[in-house]
Amino acid sequence: MRFGVVRLPGSCDEVDAVLACERVPGASAQILWHGDADLHDVEAVVVPGGFSYGDYLRAGAIARFSPVMESVIRFADEGGLVLGICNGFQVLCEAGLLPGALLPNIERRFVCRQVNVEVVRAGQPFTGDCADGEVLSIPVKHTTGRYYAPPQMLAAIEERGRIVLRYAHDGNPNGSSNDIAGVRNATGNVLGLMPHPEHAVDPLTGSADGLKIFTSMAHAHG
Amino acid sequence: MSTRARVLVRPKAGILDPQGVAVERALPALGFEGVSNVHVGRLIELDIEDPSLLPAMCEKLLANPLIEDFEIVPEP
Repeated sequence: MRFGVVRLPGSCDEVDAVLACERVPGASAQILWHGDADLHDVEAVVVPGGFSYGDYLRAGAIARFSPVMESVIRFADEGGLVLGICNGFQVLCEAGLLPGALLPNIERRFVCRQVNVEVVRAGQPFTGDCADGEVLSIPVKHTTGRYYAPPQMLAAIEERGRIVLRYAHDGNPNGSSNDIAGVRNATGNVLGLMPHPEHAVDPLTGSADGLKIFTSMAHAHG
Repeated sequence: MSTRARVLVRPKAGILDPQGVAVERALPALGFEGVSNVHVGRLIELDIEDPSLLPAMCEKLLANPLIEDFEIVPEP
């Protein structure tokens, strides 16, 4: 599996994302520069965390128009695997690849802590290496992570099983609707989540649970 | 020939606006009583040759219609 990790102006987690991808046996990872529309034949794309374009206007709003993102949107439309983490999740929502939006945290504070995330929906392509109901220990660190979708849209994504991850054990850190931590698109090839699996890939830092997201992607690709 | 325009962007009614809440709570601490229903939005000012483009511009970039309302205010 050849992963590509997008580097936008203001990205800050792309190096950890590359290191996480490279921990997957047999996988390689490379940076995709925001000004380069060529995805260099990667087989999956990670849009990492950070503060792309300074989060000007709204988090993720401007990044979606960068040359690399125009290509990532086409790649996703053609069925390519795209994982958006934190700011990457915000970018994918703004790009219309995922439903809903991320709003400022309900407590108005930056939150940075380890959270328990329940795998609501195990299975390929992003949670194939997990079990239904499995709880992953993964950190969050964000100010704008409150998942919101208008009531009708929220009901529709719940009904269609598009919620992949929820904050577990009453541990919702940001006031997200229905404790939603991660949501996928209709065809299942795009996932966005606020927690940072790339920061939980080594027991030395408390948990290696996040690695399962990356190994799942590689296994889904075959 | 450009005209000046203003776009007001507000959080949609019914969606909790933490910035508004923070400001509302800060005012009494400074002695300003009797303030409620505070919401914080954005003001975007621009010169534009074709103001008929403004609604599309708002829908596509200046506001996120899922979470925000926008109002276009032409300059007198």
